[in-house]
Amino acid sequence: MQKKIEKRATRNESLSPAPWPDAIHQVLREMNVRQVGYVPDSGHARLIELVRADRGMRAVPLTTEEEGVALVLGAWLGGERSALLMQSSGTGNCINMLGMVNECRVPLLALVTMRGQWGEFNPWQVPMSQATVPSLAAIGVVVQAVDRAADVGDTVAAAARLAFSTYRMVAVLLSQRIVGAKQFK
Amino acid sequence: MNRRTPTLDRRKVVAAILKQRGSALVVAGLGAPTWDTTAAGDSPLNFYAWGGMGGAAMIGLGLALAQPRRRVLVITGDGDLLMGLGSLATIAVQKPRNLAVIVLDNERYGETGMQDTHTRFGVDLAGMAKAAGFRAAGTVYSAAQLKTWIPRFYRQAGPVFCDVKVGTRPAPMVLPVRDGPTLRNRFREALLGAGEAYR
Repeated sequence: MQKKIEKRATRNESLSPAPWPDAIHQVLREMNVRQVGYVPDSGHARLIELVRADRGMRAVPLTTEEEGVALVLGAWLGGERSALLMQSSGTGNCINMLGMVNECRVPLLALVTMRGQWGEFNPWQVPMSQATVPSLAAIGVVVQAVDRAADVGDTVAAAARLAFSTYRMVAVLLSQRIVGAKQFK
Repeated sequence: MNRRTPTLDRRKVVAAILKQRGSALVVAGLGAPTWDTTAAGDSPLNFYAWGGMGGAAMIGLGLALAQPRRRVLVITGDGDLLMGLGSLATIAVQKPRNLAVIVLDNERYGETGMQDTHTRFGVDLAGMAKAAGFRAAGTVYSAAQLKTWIPRFYRQAGPVFCDVKVGTRPAPMVLPVRDGPTLRNRFREALLGAGEAYR
């Protein structure tokens, strides 16, 4: 038994940790998430690719993030779990529609890449970035921030359990420190 | 632009459509379409939006993707659809074969005092749906046209879109349950069974 544990520990150390988008994808698989709505985003680019390549998931590109909020409600009515991928600016597009999901106590998991936060160059990104936490909290979303790539998998797994087990809206904010600030050159 | 005055009675339209529903799942958009759907006969497999304007068609998409073997009808208003026009593009990309989006188009915002919507000035919702890529899309003005469209709502490969021009004669409010969790629970229990619905 002891040997087995040691062996496992050695193996884990020998592997470099999975990139954070892969860790999220793994969580979504384990949580049986079947529909993933998203607005294309550079921070979520790899995760979107993973979702699109996964035959067990339906990737749903949206024209605006609030469409995804209504999609989540419909999917849940039909017995499927879903997740939304968006940038912090997109959270502002969702607020009234989130009110509907709040009233219906439908689980909603949003994974939000932050802009306007860590090393931002574009001043126009800052207002909505800074309004993301208070506006999500005001409409009833549980907000959990993550600052380190190594913590992303655990944080998203915990957020998904919270959302789906307690029928709540939960957003994980992925710091721009993890995603990387956009380079304007 | 076509400026025919809509004359169809919205209650009769919805009753005629839902008489054929069989096992179909129904999402009703906020306001009058919800009262019309309730008046045609309440069912736990009706989900009534009491808010979330602009979202009815996307609720229908999520449901249609989750339940590919069931027919899903969205019955909503022109105001609701106009607030979520991008959803026509999103639905067209997914191409759900089991989804029909039906707009009861009275060319007015009925719940706020009958102000004109954009369709009153000729904006063609069916044309937009067709251009987005819906497999079938059309506008209905008469009972005879409606009769040819009803079987398409249930049998034609979707996504199907139909703009039904209805008159502005007021109909009494017929209000369904309005508690969100109750609407959600009864829908899921009727569709999935209690074991799955409350897991």
